[in-house]
Amino acid sequence: MTLLRVTGLRTEFRAGGAWHAAVDGIDFELRQGEILGLVGESGCGKSTVANSLMRLLPGTARIGGGTAQFGDDDLLALDEVRLRSLRGSAIGMIFQDPMTALDPVFRVGLQIEETLKQHLGLVPAAARQRAEELMRSVGIPAPAERLRAYPHQLSGGMRQRVALAIAICCNPRLLIADEPTTALDVTIQAQVLELIRTLLVAERGAGVLLITHDLGVVARVCDRVAVMYAGRIVETGAVTDVFGAPRHPYTRALLQAAPTGEVPRGQLPTIPGRVPVLAARPTGCSFRPRCAHAEAVCAVPGAADPIPLGPDREVACVRHAAL
Amino acid sequence: MTAELQRPSLRRRLASLGRGTVAGTGLIVVLLLAALFAPWLSQGSPEAMDFSAVLVGPSSAHPLGTDNFGRDVLTRVLFGLRVSMAAAVGSVAVAMLAGVPLGLVAGYRRGWIDAVIMRPADVILSFPAIVLVIALAGAFGQNLGLMIVTIGFVYTPIVVRVMRGAALELDGALFVEGARARGASHLRVMLRHVLPNAIAPVLVQASALMGVAILMEAALSFIGLGVQPPTPSLGLMLSDGRSYMGQAPWLVVAPGVGIMLAVLGFNLLGDGIPRLLDPARRARA
Repeated sequence: MTLLRVTGLRTEFRAGGAWHAAVDGIDFELRQGEILGLVGESGCGKSTVANSLMRLLPGTARIGGGTAQFGDDDLLALDEVRLRSLRGSAIGMIFQDPMTALDPVFRVGLQIEETLKQHLGLVPAAARQRAEELMRSVGIPAPAERLRAYPHQLSGGMRQRVALAIAICCNPRLLIADEPTTALDVTIQAQVLELIRTLLVAERGAGVLLITHDLGVVARVCDRVAVMYAGRIVETGAVTDVFGAPRHPYTRALLQAAPTGEVPRGQLPTIPGRVPVLAARPTGCSFRPRCAHAEAVCAVPGAADPIPLGPDREVACVRHAAL
Repeated sequence: MTAELQRPSLRRRLASLGRGTVAGTGLIVVLLLAALFAPWLSQGSPEAMDFSAVLVGPSSAHPLGTDNFGRDVLTRVLFGLRVSMAAAVGSVAVAMLAGVPLGLVAGYRRGWIDAVIMRPADVILSFPAIVLVIALAGAFGQNLGLMIVTIGFVYTPIVVRVMRGAALELDGALFVEGARARGASHLRVMLRHVLPNAIAPVLVQASALMGVAILMEAALSFIGLGVQPPTPSLGLMLSDGRSYMGQAPWLVVAPGVGIMLAVLGFNLLGDGIPRLLDPARRARA
């Protein structure tokens, strides 16, 4: 069942008096009990997608269009009061840097209890008890004592577990995880991903939008993947399909650039050039200047419109059949 | 680990503050108590004259001597401290009550709200504080209450500026965004997360302003625009004692030392505030 359906999302930033689209009309769908990976290079707009859905954009940004249907609500059109009641309860969010994601002046227990009191209306004693259970469920040893710890007294992995405990404390139906494991070392990374998978997806049937630049993370935990480039989604599909048989030249290049255990030491393949700046995106396909297969047809407006390849599989490349 | 999460003992907490802060806090507490209990600590009224003992040096009857009207200097210093402490605490309280909310909103919301708050603040700031206080005191009259409000008014833009800067620094902090992502309202985020994390520099500024307020009261009273005689004030005592500096130096030394100790106390107190408020630094010491 569809949990979140995003259509035509467009988010613009103001620069030099003009509005430029950092997210340029994207569509995707997230189902219940599914982890969707949103991958791309730095600056491709993937975090902006997360912040747009939560409507936590800075003052220099605005939503230029689109809808994000979540249950009966369009997240992009909701009023502030209704939005606040969804944030932290039906929609949880965790961020990249566990070092700064918790308020340094309050004990972590208080920070979990705060959200519980606000959304579930728990009395202090019940909130404390629930906070302790949550701390235990995210794998924090001696949770009763750890509730009294300040963030600086916990390691990065512990803090991300606390952040996860806060994000799931009101049983969200949707978790938006923006690079949740990027700042963690590999073993902790695997543990946190496993927690997300078991606690949210397996036990509660929630959907997860996992934003990352790490293809290994996507391969390990995601069911489906959407590859983003310069504000657009260039390819979507099941992870096995997209990674097994990529159809977009950008996806291919990205997969080739990913280090694997078998590659002998030496230079890793890279994608030449860089992501075009907001104000100077090329016409047609944005990847055209960096693409080895670009031809005149790629510059035609609409050259990067998504083309369905089958159920659940789309690619945004006019030349996909020839490649 | 478990032991570290226990509440530290009072002794450890005090030690973590550093000697200067403890000394400053102690000094301020002693001076506040002295001002509060002045009637019980001294002999009689600060305005009681004794023409049989004029300009007498320090003795057991008059530990700090007497002035040109035979009034006990210790008594007058203690009562003068009341005026100084009231001016310090009162004016800073006025400035904080007005300045903290304004600075917080300006720094957190930014944009046009920021401009509306900051432009008038900049205008007030562009006048030298003492000149503005003298002008206001001249215009509205001279009594302690008015002086407190006047100094508080001049202080407000200073507090606004510091508060705004500290709040601005937290713009985009993940835990602020995180609080919004958990469904907290702007008001709640401001009061629960921005204010506690941004208040330290404001309190440091406040303690310094208290020291300056004591000097300002002294200066105003010295030039006759502050507290009016015969009410004792440390600044007024300095001004009156000037004429007898050669024959009775205790007349200027006593209030001078009083002013110095109060200013020093507030400044030492201010040094320890950031450590007191930051859990990480509190633990490290």
